[in-house]
Amino acid sequence: MEENTNKTSRRKFLNKGLKIGLATAIGGFGLSKLNSKLTAKTTVDSDETIELMTTDGVLIQVDSSEVVEVKHSQSHDDKYNVREGMANRKFVMVVDLAKCKNALKCQNACNKHHYITGDNAWLKVYKMQEEQDTAPYWMPMMCMHCDQPACVTVCPVDATFKRKDGLVLIDNDRCIGCRFCMAACPYSTRVFNWGEPGQEVTLNMEMTNHMPSPEHAGMPSIKGTVDKCDFCPHAIDKGELPHCVSACPNGVFYFGDKYEDTVTNGDETVRLSKLLEEKSGYRLMESLGTSPSVYYLPPVDRLVDFKDGLEDFKEFESVEKSE
Amino acid sequence: METHEKIIRDLVPKEFSKKDIIWIISLIVIIVVGLVAYIDQLIKGQEVTNMRDYALWGIYISNFVFFVATSFVGSVTVAVLRLTNNSWRTPLVRIAEIISVAAIIMAGITIMIDMARPDRLLNLFIHARLQSPITWDVIIIPTYIVISLLLLYFPLLPDFAILKKRLEKKNPRLSKLYGKLSLNWTGSKAQKLLQEKSIRIIAIMIIPVGLLLQTIDAWLFSTTYRIGWDSTNFAPYFISGAFVAGLGALVTVIYIVRKTKKLENYITDYHFDKLGKFLALACLTYLYFNINEYLIPLFTAKKGESIHLETLFTGSYSVIFWLVTVVGLILPIVVLLFKKGRKPRPMFYIGLIVVIGSWWKRFVIVTPTLLHPFLPIQGVPESWHHYFPSLHEWLITFATLAMALLIITFCIRFLPVIPIQRTIDEFKQQQHIDKGIKS
Repeated sequence: MEENTNKTSRRKFLNKGLKIGLATAIGGFGLSKLNSKLTAKTTVDSDETIELMTTDGVLIQVDSSEVVEVKHSQSHDDKYNVREGMANRKFVMVVDLAKCKNALKCQNACNKHHYITGDNAWLKVYKMQEEQDTAPYWMPMMCMHCDQPACVTVCPVDATFKRKDGLVLIDNDRCIGCRFCMAACPYSTRVFNWGEPGQEVTLNMEMTNHMPSPEHAGMPSIKGTVDKCDFCPHAIDKGELPHCVSACPNGVFYFGDKYEDTVTNGDETVRLSKLLEEKSGYRLMESLGTSPSVYYLPPVDRLVDFKDGLEDFKEFESVEKSE
Repeated sequence: METHEKIIRDLVPKEFSKKDIIWIISLIVIIVVGLVAYIDQLIKGQEVTNMRDYALWGIYISNFVFFVATSFVGSVTVAVLRLTNNSWRTPLVRIAEIISVAAIIMAGITIMIDMARPDRLLNLFIHARLQSPITWDVIIIPTYIVISLLLLYFPLLPDFAILKKRLEKKNPRLSKLYGKLSLNWTGSKAQKLLQEKSIRIIAIMIIPVGLLLQTIDAWLFSTTYRIGWDSTNFAPYFISGAFVAGLGALVTVIYIVRKTKKLENYITDYHFDKLGKFLALACLTYLYFNINEYLIPLFTAKKGESIHLETLFTGSYSVIFWLVTVVGLILPIVVLLFKKGRKPRPMFYIGLIVVIGSWWKRFVIVTPTLLHPFLPIQGVPESWHHYFPSLHEWLITFATLAMALLIITFCIRFLPVIPIQRTIDEFKQQQHIDKGIKS
C-alpha cells in the first residue's frame, strides 16, 4: 500500500512538472513573439510617403517607413552554396544526332579535363540500332541531369544532390560507396572508383591552389566513391562551354539555359524551344518519368555517313591509356 | 523427480568435445583468412572484387540478402507457431531463435563489407535521408536484432536459473554469470506471469517487424527501374523465399544438433514430420511467387524482359537458374510430400539442398539483372560483360558464413538448445493427463 501511494504521488509530481514546463515554454515563446511585434510597431511611425513604380509600371505612394532596402541578389555571390547552384538558371543540353559521326573528340576532351583514369568514360558515344530494319546511328550519352533523378532519391546520405540550376552533382567527400545510385540510374551513366584512381601523373600540376569541389568532378577522383558527368559548372563559371561542347568539331552539342531559352554549340546560338520544335526534339526514356535535362534531335537528314564513324568505334574501350 | 533430473542432465549444455574443437578451429581459420582478404580489400579498394560498373553488386549483396532471409526463421517458427499454439514447436524454437540472431547479426556485418567506404559509416546517421531504402534498412536491421535477442533471452530466464544451480560447484564462475543472466529468476507466479506476457508481446511484435525486414530487403531492388527487379511481386516473393531459407537452415541445424548432442528422445521423428510439412508449405508458396515472377513477364514478353528471361532460361545463367529452381525448390516439394521423405535423414539432405539453393537463388536474383541495363554495354573491357566472384569475394563470403556458424556453435555450447523448464512443465502436464485417464 505504502509503495503504491508513493508511486502515484511520484506520477502526479511528474505529470505536474511536465505540464508546468510545457506552459512555461509556450508562455515564453508567446512573450518573445509579442515583444518583437511591439518593437516592430514603434518603427512604423512616420507620415512621409514615397512614390514608387510597380513592376506593371503604375506609380503608387507608400509610407516611407514601409520601404525597406532589399538585399540585392548580387549578395548571393559571397555566400554561394554549392548545393543550391547558380541563381536563376536552368542548364540544358541538346544533342543533334544528325550531326554525330563518332569523332570522339567530346570523349577525349571530357576524359582529359576530368582526369579520368578508369576504364569507363563519363561520356560515351553509343552505336545504336533499335532493330535490324531501322537505321543505325551514333548517340552521345552523358549524365541526363534529370529533374526527377532516381539516383538522388535512393542516396542514403545526400551525397548526390539536385541543384536549383538543374545540375545533379556528387559530394565525393560524403559518398559511402554503396552504389545504390548506380543501380537506380537507368542511363548507366555512373562510374565507380573501384581502386585508387591513380591520377598522380595527370593531375599533380593542376592541383596546386585547387579546392576539391563537386563542381569539378574528377579533380580529384576519390577511391570508393561514384563519379559522373557534372555538366562542367567550373567551365560555365568562367563563361565557357562544357568541354564536350567546345571540343566537338561537328557542332553536335548545344548547351544553354532553359530560362533564357537559348542554347549554343559554339558556332550558332539558337532558341531552345524553336530548335526542339523544328527538329522534333525528344528525351531518352521519357516513359520512366525521370525528366532529363538533355534533349536529343533525331538522326534525320544526316550530312555524314554512319559508316564513317565505325573507324573510331571501339567496343571495349572508352578511356585511352597513356602507356 | 528422477525424470526431471534426467531431463536436466540431458539438456544441460555440454562442454566441447574433441570434434567440436576441430570444428571451431576450422571455422576460425576460415574467418581469419576472410579477415585477411577483407583487410586487403580495404587497402586496395574494391578493385580486388570482380564487381565493376555494370555488375555493380555481387555476392556481398546476395549473401546479405541470404542472411536476412535466413533470419526470418525466428519470426516464423517461434512467433507464428507460438501464437497458433502448436505445441510441437517446443524442442525446435530455441535453435530457431539462435539461427535468427546469428543470421541477422551477420546480415548487418555483410552489408558493411559491400560498402566501399566503411570509414564513412557514420554518414548513414549524420546525413541520413529517410527517402532512401538503405535508411529504412539501417532502421529495421538493428530493430530486428534487438527484438530477436529479446525473443531468445526472455524464454531463457528459467533455464539460466537451472544452470546456475547446477553449475554452482562444478564451475562457480560460469554459474555466477548464469545467475546474473537469470535476473533472479525464482519461478514465482508473479515472475511467470510477467515472463509469459513479455514473451507474448515480443512474439507479436516480431511478426510485423520480420515481415517489414523482408519487405524492405525486397524494396532495395524493386525501387529501381531495372528489369527483373522492378516488380510489385517482389516483397511477398522475398517473404516467401525467406520462409524457405529459414526453415531449410532450421532443419539442417536441428539434425546436426540432435545427432551430436544425442537428443533423439527429445527431437523425434514426429517433430521432423511436422517440420517437413511446414517446409513443404513454404516451398509451395515460394514456387507460386516464382511462377508469378518469371512466367507473367514471359507472357507479355516485353523486349527487355524477354532478353532477361532468356539468359535465365537458356542463356549464361541457365545452369544455376534451373539447378536452383528444380533441385532447390521443386525436388524438396516432391520429396517432402512423402511420409518417408519427412524422416530425419532425408530431411537433413533436403534442408541442406534448400539452404544451398537459397544462397544461389539470391545470386540469380541480383546479378543477371545488372548485366542487362537499358542501354547496351559498350566502351568497357570485355570482362565487364560478365560477373563471377573473385577469390577475395569468395574468401570474405565464406568467412561471413563461418562466422554465422561460429555464433550458432557458441550459442549451442552455452545455452540449452531445448528449453529445459518448458520440457519439464510439459512432461508434468502429460503426467497429469495420464493420471487423469487412469483414475
